[in-house]
Amino acid sequence: MDYILAALVGLFIALGIYLLLSRSVIRMLIGMTIFGNGVNLLIFTAGRVTREIAPIIPPGLDAPEGPIANPLPQALILTAIVIGFSMFSFLLVLAFRAYQSLDADNTDNMRLAEPERAPQPPLSY
Amino acid sequence: MEATLPQAMIETATPLADWVVVLPIVLALIGAAGLLMVRRSTRMPLVGAVLVVLGIIACEIVLLLAVLENGPVSMTMGRWLPPFGISLTADIFGASFALAASVVTLFILLYAEIDRAGADGRDAFHAIVLLLLAGVTGAFLTGDLFNLYVWFEVTLIASFGLIVQGGRPAQLDGAVKYGFLNFLATTLFLLSLGLLYGLLGTLNMADIMRVAPLANPAAMAGVAALLLLAFGMKAAAFPLNAWLPAAYHTPPAAISALFAGLLTKVGAYALLRALVALLPASRDLLEPVLALLAITTLLLAPLGAIAETNLRRAIGFIVIGGIGAVMVGLAVPTADGIAGSGLYILHAILTMSALYMVAGLVEKRTGSTDTRQMGGLYAASAPLSVLFILLVLASAGVPPFLGFWPKLLLLEAGLAEGVTGPAAGWIGSALTLALLVNAVLTLIAGTRLWAHIFWREGPEGEGSEHVRQPLAPLDRRGRLGFGAVAALTAGIVMAGLWPAPLLDGARTGAQDVADPARYVAATGLAEDTP
Repeated sequence: MDYILAALVGLFIALGIYLLLSRSVIRMLIGMTIFGNGVNLLIFTAGRVTREIAPIIPPGLDAPEGPIANPLPQALILTAIVIGFSMFSFLLVLAFRAYQSLDADNTDNMRLAEPERAPQPPLSY
Repeated sequence: MEATLPQAMIETATPLADWVVVLPIVLALIGAAGLLMVRRSTRMPLVGAVLVVLGIIACEIVLLLAVLENGPVSMTMGRWLPPFGISLTADIFGASFALAASVVTLFILLYAEIDRAGADGRDAFHAIVLLLLAGVTGAFLTGDLFNLYVWFEVTLIASFGLIVQGGRPAQLDGAVKYGFLNFLATTLFLLSLGLLYGLLGTLNMADIMRVAPLANPAAMAGVAALLLLAFGMKAAAFPLNAWLPAAYHTPPAAISALFAGLLTKVGAYALLRALVALLPASRDLLEPVLALLAITTLLLAPLGAIAETNLRRAIGFIVIGGIGAVMVGLAVPTADGIAGSGLYILHAILTMSALYMVAGLVEKRTGSTDTRQMGGLYAASAPLSVLFILLVLASAGVPPFLGFWPKLLLLEAGLAEGVTGPAAGWIGSALTLALLVNAVLTLIAGTRLWAHIFWREGPEGEGSEHVRQPLAPLDRRGRLGFGAVAALTAGIVMAGLWPAPLLDGARTGAQDVADPARYVAATGLAEDTP
């Protein structure tokens, strides 16, 4: 199971990076999301995948009776999903606003902050 | 079975004195929420934000004094003992950077008034600044790697909110590049966190220091390389620096100053913490890479500043050059090297912010962002020219200014490694040379800017006999901004003239980074490796 998940993580991250290399902002966004999901899956796999029972301690005991699933990676992923979603929403709105005011989805045409033909620096002094 | 289990829960209440570790973050978050509610009022946001930041500064002074007196202070959240509970652990470096960050934020809050003449408060500027401060303070004070990731994201989302304020097209352009590359960097950090957790089974920094030597060194080196990639991107080290000069000059000057002081320094601090303190064995394997990154950053960044005509973009390249100096200490992690890196981060938080603040005032006076359109500002505002040249000298590291002392420590470390030490190699001598060349190039870039903006009679193309159009005098808000940056610069000059306490503090802080015994003991974990 671990090997299949590891291969899937690799596939997700490769796909994410491929899309991030695109010039289109929307494709980059989709790539970012797939990359983030690959990372979440990686944390899940790194926490060891088991078929054991849920990490709940029965009443009256201080420790679980037998082996249990690792609850920490799930907590980590939950945090990462929430954060990743908020970042994705912001970047989506930003991409739309940039499209509206710059009239560009292609990053090659976004040259306002960095003019393409930068002027020569002054030669005095 | 229960009898053999070690203690896992905190049974007693945390001592009141330890609360100063978490108070700065709590105050900033509550303050941000409160200011959001009163954002439409005319005076309340500024007054409230200044009061909250003053409270944060007071807490951090108490914290820093406690850390200087007794070594690192730790507090663990949620009743679970480390490594299960999330620890906040402050050592000298973390506490002093957090203090410097809040001091800079205080001055920037006052300075930001120059751009807020017609603001109606809908943008919630002050609340987002406090949120950014909470993220940065949390990153400096945390003792848990996943918690560090969360603070990185808090900082990032707050900086998103600030960089688009005003919504000019150039800002949106800069924000797209800033947003994507920084989000990618934090996702890479999360990726290396996942791998690290898989290898070690813990994310508490003190616990990582204990168990890292037991793990497979090749796998750990891979994780360390990923961390270097992620934090190098956050810190804007060459060749991952492209987002900084693309974005930092687009928002209003106060926001640029806040970013320059706080954001890249968090990345540099995380590099120092992760590679030198947490994974020293993996850092040794990466040493040639670190040295190469330091040298290229040191040499190429000031060349970018010389070639630039946009004032704030040129200063952005000087900020990147400073990151190169921090990387020198990572490549040569002797006592002097680590102390030099730490002190340089402190210096950069203060000086780079002040430099952007002066640049904002220059743009306000001349009404232009292009150095070719400036000139003759000396006659109009001699005090401004004095501030600018003082900050240029400080950032280039000319004695006796603040930037000189960390560079002196780094030069000593480089010389000891490369020339005079027993294991003389190319790394030490090349780093020493790069530091010296960087100082000269930064000085050339800075003084050229000064000569073009202040010294020459008028803008490009005008003869010297042309009388410059009289420049607009500063209004009341402008004078407040000038006062803020003058006070900050005075502090920087004073710190440069009396560096002894800073040097002592940096040396003690470097000991705690190189030898984790006191740091681990503060969290309550057992000293020996399990």
